[in-house]
Amino acid sequence: MSDRDVMEYDVAIVGGGPAGLACAIQIKKNSPDLSVCLLEKGSELGAHSLSGAVMEPGPLDALWPEWRDEPPAICVPAGDDEFLLLTRRKGMRLPTPPQMKNHGNLIISLGALVKKLGERAEALGVDVFPGFAGAGLLLDEGRVTGVRCGDMGVQADGQPGPAYAAGVDIQAGTTVLAEGCRGSLTKEAIARFGLSEGRSAQTYGLGFKELWQLPPGRCRPGLIQHTVGWPLDSATYGGSFIYHLDQDRVYIGFVVGLDYEDAAFSPFEAFQQYKHHPRIRGLLEGGEILASGARTLIEGGIQALPKLDMPGAMLVGDAAGTLNVPKIKGIHMAINAGISAADHIVESGTAEGFDARWRGSASARELHKVRNVRPGFNRGLWLGLINAAWETLTGGRSPWTLRTRSDHDSLDVVGSNPAPAFADNWVQDRDLPPRDRLASVYFANNAHDEDQPVHLRVADTSICETRCYEEYRNPCTRFCPAQVYEMVEDDNGRRLQINASNCVHCKACDIKDPYQIIDWVPPEGGSGPNYQNL
Amino acid sequence: MKVLVGIKRVIDYNVRVQINREGTDVIKEGVKMSINPFDEIAVEAALRMKEAGQATEVVVVSIGPGAAQQQLRTALAMGADRATLLETDDEVQPLAAARALMNLVEKEQPGLVLLGKQAIDDDANQVGQMMAALWDKPQATFVSGLELDGGRIRAVREVDAGLETVEITLPAVVTVDLRLNEPRFVKMPDIMKAKRKPLETIAFSELGIEMPPRLESLGCEPPPSRSGGVKVDSVDALVATLKDKGVL
Repeated sequence: MSDRDVMEYDVAIVGGGPAGLACAIQIKKNSPDLSVCLLEKGSELGAHSLSGAVMEPGPLDALWPEWRDEPPAICVPAGDDEFLLLTRRKGMRLPTPPQMKNHGNLIISLGALVKKLGERAEALGVDVFPGFAGAGLLLDEGRVTGVRCGDMGVQADGQPGPAYAAGVDIQAGTTVLAEGCRGSLTKEAIARFGLSEGRSAQTYGLGFKELWQLPPGRCRPGLIQHTVGWPLDSATYGGSFIYHLDQDRVYIGFVVGLDYEDAAFSPFEAFQQYKHHPRIRGLLEGGEILASGARTLIEGGIQALPKLDMPGAMLVGDAAGTLNVPKIKGIHMAINAGISAADHIVESGTAEGFDARWRGSASARELHKVRNVRPGFNRGLWLGLINAAWETLTGGRSPWTLRTRSDHDSLDVVGSNPAPAFADNWVQDRDLPPRDRLASVYFANNAHDEDQPVHLRVADTSICETRCYEEYRNPCTRFCPAQVYEMVEDDNGRRLQINASNCVHCKACDIKDPYQIIDWVPPEGGSGPNYQNL
Repeated sequence: MKVLVGIKRVIDYNVRVQINREGTDVIKEGVKMSINPFDEIAVEAALRMKEAGQATEVVVVSIGPGAAQQQLRTALAMGADRATLLETDDEVQPLAAARALMNLVEKEQPGLVLLGKQAIDDDANQVGQMMAALWDKPQATFVSGLELDGGRIRAVREVDAGLETVEITLPAVVTVDLRLNEPRFVKMPDIMKAKRKPLETIAFSELGIEMPPRLESLGCEPPPSRSGGVKVDSVDALVATLKDKGVL
């Protein structure tokens, strides 16, 4: 018998992002008698939310027409769009792809937006629980019956400490997994119920973002700039964004496709290199970083989208993978998925059938139209751009669907190819902050009780020490944006050291680890970054 | 015995504080706010007294904006019985805060007032002391050990020279230090219970405290950034560098 408290709800939602909160709000709007709770592993709503972000406001307007009366802390109407192709020293203006035109859209902080959505949800009677992580699915005879919250106060040795508090079991008629990209419960559910069977492989990107305070006069509020090209080679998918805010602030960020092939590549370093491009550097010089963070994005599109329902539970938003890659927008899709899930629950009282409902929706048509754009870049930047132009011209009516490729097996074994030249034309002496990944993590306001079990579970560290070192030289030590993974060599040989308290919950390790032996599980609720206005 | 605990809403200690562009104040917009950590320790101390049968009721009070209800609800979820918010959007300086708390003390007649030793925003470290003087009762400050014995309190104080143990009679004011205890985790069912616990809001302006600010804030600036260290090759170079800096 367990001594856990049990709480019962009609609907339990895991994850306080746009999808989960939209679902909660929509349920309460149309069926106030349904009891709804929402778990968020961050210490407050928005603490783990990180997105560009330019948002299409339509779905939010539909969900909550009055939201503009008291807009979130950062909300700047989109102005001009610029799309640049960078070479080492120059930048060429390219025509802005139609999907990337942002007239009528808004530059927002996703963290600030979800705080507002959380207030709205609470006002409607949703029980919002920040600081509580969903640690496991409750199952009964092949059906999801709720969520077990993570225990608090467990010591590093796994034993209960003096302040130990067992996590509550939340029994729910329907469980909505809205954990965002590569959610840990979502991963469990997809495996257990075979939700991705027959689908194209899921593929991801890793995004970095910084909020800068600039010297007066440089910023053009509303300006939206994107680049492709340098410092990435043409085989690596990715690009940058700069969104100009008010009060001399800009968001600057960089996204790299996690299907990159060179094990020596460092996504964080690529971002820092990009900031030193002659076209970019002048914007930032003399400014200071206010906040920074990193998060993976889900890029597989509709051909990789798992089945969205299983007995007792459903997937919404980026937990499922509804991001629109060519638009580089997921918030409107997430809100739509949340609304659709809510309507399904209210109308049918069950999770089953949600997959069919969503696939008949406008969101599914939107994703279908752009399905071939991202995988077109599997053959490099140039063919990718040509293919993207074709797909855009034809409105996605090509009779084929390109397959996505998985990220964990895309790395080339060290020495199998000629030494890559990607870093030859990189800047040698960077001088813009942050100096390194640890300096960057400082701006994420991380909090993490050291006396708790390591939440990055590596099934077999002997693989790291031998096989992975020989084949890939331990790429985790480079792809992790927070320098969680280090290989330490001392008299006893080589061993993996995990600096778990640096973790910013981006999930890149769970995705990119070539042997799939890293399992990211949530640490004690409230741990992790405390993003402010990202 | 009733215990009154004062808590303040402050910028969360994990958040890197930033100064606004005008250099007049720190940025609070969109920033995570929490209970002042020392005050949270005071709440925990009061709850442990109640659990040990030494206190009958724990009342938490805060002075601040309407949003400070969040912090009071957190204290209620930890286990406090009821809460009062003295609501104001204005800055409340230490003497005004002490007077406002006194106002509540007269109404509630607590046997003990527990406060954090200082708030981590202004670091004033004055309210407890001022309150004890206004109330004309004994005080123990910087307390890292607390024993209740009938009508007396034996308190261990953290002082410059080490630890000092004092004994004072109740009613009294005690301000607590970091090492007194480790506050508990809030449990989910208790968050639900806390929603139904009484939370009274009184407009600060109704307290009749005429208190023009005594302190004027002239400006805010970040600490000077540290320049990086220098490596020298030899003892001679070290000596030369130190001489150059005027150290030798």
